[in-house]
Amino acid sequence: MWLLNSSIGRKLIMSLSGIFLILFLLFHASMNVVAVISEEAYNLICSFLGANWYAVAGTLVLAAGFLIHIACSIWLTLQNRKARGGDRYAVNVRPKNVEWASQNMFVLGLIVVGLLVLHLTHFWYKMMFAELMGHHEVALGGAIVSPQDGAAFIRYYFANVWIVALYLVWYAALWFHLTHGFWSAIQTIGWSNGIWLKRWQTISNILATLLCLAFAFVTVFFYIKSIL
Amino acid sequence: MDQNINITLKVWRQRGPKEKGAFETYKLNNVSQGSSFLEMLDVLNEQLVNQGKEPVAFDHDCREGICGMCSLYINGHPHGPDSAVTTCQLHMRKFEDGATITVEPWRSAGFPVIRDLMVDRYAYDKIIQAGGFVSINTGGVPDANAIPISKKDADLAMDAAACIGCGACAAACKNGSAMLFVSAKVSQLALLPQGKIEAARRAKAMIAKMDELGFGNCTNTRACEAECPKEISISNIARLNREYISAKLSD
Repeated sequence: MWLLNSSIGRKLIMSLSGIFLILFLLFHASMNVVAVISEEAYNLICSFLGANWYAVAGTLVLAAGFLIHIACSIWLTLQNRKARGGDRYAVNVRPKNVEWASQNMFVLGLIVVGLLVLHLTHFWYKMMFAELMGHHEVALGGAIVSPQDGAAFIRYYFANVWIVALYLVWYAALWFHLTHGFWSAIQTIGWSNGIWLKRWQTISNILATLLCLAFAFVTVFFYIKSIL
Repeated sequence: MDQNINITLKVWRQRGPKEKGAFETYKLNNVSQGSSFLEMLDVLNEQLVNQGKEPVAFDHDCREGICGMCSLYINGHPHGPDSAVTTCQLHMRKFEDGATITVEPWRSAGFPVIRDLMVDRYAYDKIIQAGGFVSINTGGVPDANAIPISKKDADLAMDAAACIGCGACAAACKNGSAMLFVSAKVSQLALLPQGKIEAARRAKAMIAKMDELGFGNCTNTRACEAECPKEISISNIARLNREYISAKLSD
């Protein structure tokens, strides 16, 4: 199977799974912004995405997307380290036009995944997972809330300044990852040339900035709301 | 104005492919800034021979930037700190008096060290042998205008053909990937009518050989393009990806 046996094939898996994850992030960011406009509307989305079969199926596909992207990145990184050879260069200089993010995608990915695990324990574990386990009430801080009351979760977690800070670090790592990731994915598919390369890089920067601003805005908005 | 400068050289010395290498430090005085980097190494070797020591082995041939024989990773850059030149075209005026210059061989699993600064770049020849040619019978010489080629394609093919196969791309790449080289060799033929006929077979064969020889996977960092002495563009890599993926999909 050339997708697994060739370098371009493996890169294509990274590219397509990455683009799939970006589409998910676009959806997630849009959904979050709803919470700022109306907490009731946000809870409607949460109940829609509860333990319904289509939401569970979607979650499984999404998890598969993450796992494929992560497994493939580990595989490629190990191969790339081996291809570098036994002796390392004594002097390393990053040439001009080489983005810092592009040479640190794996480390950035590790930060994103690490904080993703924290995020899942904050929200998904007490929401969809709790419902799947048959719980209709979960403990949140001192209170008992419905696993579909997403707004309560947001209010609770984003009132904690440390959690807010960690989430902001997470968005920053994500921003760096996406500024390189998006145009790189397009380049791997081959939809690029001398003119479009610059355009895709600009689109990458705009996309990453909009996404991370949307996430950060909701996080900071609820933090400020909690201290007012 | 060019002056004579005193420099300190940290040179990688390694007796053979299997031996462990290490840096040796040499002082070199009164180096003319008008000399080329390789001429400076010739002076160093003369000094070493006069001291009864082994001279430093390094690759060189045409010394005018077209053969692709010279290499050297100088102060963290393949072909040194200047842009768009090979090591043989690099001048000592790019260095200041009292400078310490670190000289390393290409480091990549695909290019094992033969001795000191000399590496085995036969892997690139093997990739070319796998498909970097046109095998159709072209017959007699046709009129130049018998096959119209757009100026744009002719220029892009010519830009790709500027690749001298020196290996700086794989040496600069943190993944040890040879994609810039392979993409230039695929592009220079795929863009032209005579080469287009075998484009699919060529892309598949050359990528298969590149993977087999242990080069890494491209992650689009663009370090290759920045360090390439011939300024080959990574838009060639996009073309190679396109050629390869469409070739595989139409199998």
